[in-house]
Amino acid sequence: MFSSFMTNAWISGTIVAILAAAVGFFVVLRGSAFAAHAIPNGAFAGAAGANLVGVNPLVGLVVFALAAAFGIGVTSRRTRSDVATALALVLMLALGAAFLATSNDYEPAVNALLFGEILGVSSNEILPVALLAALCVMGLLVLYRPLLLSSIAPDLSVAKGVNVALLDVAFLVIVALSSALAVPVVGALLTFSLTIGPPAAARLVSSRPHRALALSVVFSLATLWAAIACSYWTNFPIGFFVGTMSALVYVVVRVVVALTSSVRTHGRVDIAVPNLTL
Amino acid sequence: MRWLFEPGLFANGSVRTALVLGALVAVVSAVVGIFTVLRGQSFAGHALTDVATAGGAAASLAVVSPLFGFIGAGVLGAGAMDAIGVQRVKDRDVATGVVLGAATGLSALFLYLITLSTSTTGSTQSILFGSVFSVEPSTLPDAAVLGLLVLAGLTFIRRPLLMSSISPELAGARGIRVRWVGLGFMVMLAVAVGLSAIVIGSILSTALLIGPPASTLKVASRLSRAVALAGVLGVFATWLGVILAYDSYYWFASRRGLPVSFFVVVLVMLEFVIASAYTRWRRVHVATLRRAPREEDGRS
Repeated sequence: MFSSFMTNAWISGTIVAILAAAVGFFVVLRGSAFAAHAIPNGAFAGAAGANLVGVNPLVGLVVFALAAAFGIGVTSRRTRSDVATALALVLMLALGAAFLATSNDYEPAVNALLFGEILGVSSNEILPVALLAALCVMGLLVLYRPLLLSSIAPDLSVAKGVNVALLDVAFLVIVALSSALAVPVVGALLTFSLTIGPPAAARLVSSRPHRALALSVVFSLATLWAAIACSYWTNFPIGFFVGTMSALVYVVVRVVVALTSSVRTHGRVDIAVPNLTL
Repeated sequence: MRWLFEPGLFANGSVRTALVLGALVAVVSAVVGIFTVLRGQSFAGHALTDVATAGGAAASLAVVSPLFGFIGAGVLGAGAMDAIGVQRVKDRDVATGVVLGAATGLSALFLYLITLSTSTTGSTQSILFGSVFSVEPSTLPDAAVLGLLVLAGLTFIRRPLLMSSISPELAGARGIRVRWVGLGFMVMLAVAVGLSAIVIGSILSTALLIGPPASTLKVASRLSRAVALAGVLGVFATWLGVILAYDSYYWFASRRGLPVSFFVVVLVMLEFVIASAYTRWRRVHVATLRRAPREEDGRS
């Protein structure tokens, strides 16, 4: 299981899991799960397009993910954001369908992009993935305080002079970059599972931002490592394990919290507004 | 009209089926979509297509009717979302996300098992993107019955549903059981979405559910008019899309057409852009023309 051809899988998987947990923490906090689902799916269309033109798929992924992020961010100012997201998503997917219809290689490539091929990650793919991940983490660190504040108390952050619209687009760009690098590893459909399940579970356990964030990384790593191991033993696609285990983590944590909490909070703990000095 | 209707268009059986089924699904999606957009449940509406798709894949493994798989899984998914919690908007986001994540995981497994058990390729493609040209005419009666059931159900609960969509507190005060109305709507949404996902694929399912209603709600303010207009916009985009996709076969020397979903989505987006532009134009011009502007039907 730890033989040489698996090394790349473990390294890239770990990078993706940490990043997904960190980004996902804010996705869950801000209620932008739909965008987090739509962006990797749109990015998938970009990979199909890059395939058609003969460019590196990662370029197509990044370009389309960024386009989706800007499209959603800008349109959301005039239209309800869920409607804007839905429309951006179907437009991207339709483009993807058109690209696939005009290109020759079909099924295996599509399956790999949708459901990921973590065991097929090559050594020279790791460096760009690591660089993009570092970029995203730096972005999150820079935006950490304003993001947290505007997610928890939007009115307060406006009062403090945070440009909420700009912050929104900046955050979606981070979501876009992180999903672009996660798509080839765990696939367009499952990048999303890691972004929601573990962070949502972590939020149930702790109401302190730092602790919830750390816990989210722990849950996410546990999920992805277990998924890689199970996929290795059973030969079933990794996407199956990532998807179901992410949901399972949430359900189990929720049941445990509901059973153990002395004060009944209906399984939900609101994150307290921390003492932020901006 | 030769430029639009290529030779043999209406003689083609699969095109006729596509036009009839497409119109049916477009109308059902438009009506359900009005409430979906009003209630801010676009994410759930989209997620249920993926859940239904997982059910379709499972049904093809278990050799059950695919229609049953699509709709059964959709209803199960709607129930799971409701169980996790859909009361508050942010909870709803997480509930939808968790169910969607689990469903895509299961899809990955089912599709893998399908490719193991049969050597046929193209199943991922057709399940994900769907194609109206490949729908069997025998699906028509079942689809029609289900579509009519959804429309009848929505007609029945339209008043409490509309009120609890616009103001849950007020609806609760009036004795409407907001929770049950919401669950009932989710089930109807699941059936409608499952139906459209199997007939026209998951991309178009979301496109027709959200696109025409969102365009309509920008311009119309009364429910009956909004429903009618959304239906017209949906059917128009679907029919023109089917015709263009058929024609596109003749556009390229390679004799390889573009997919229906591409054309329909582009048309739906055009409708939305036009509706947005019209609203902005009306806001600027009509407001300045009227000396004492009334409150514009409460909608901007």
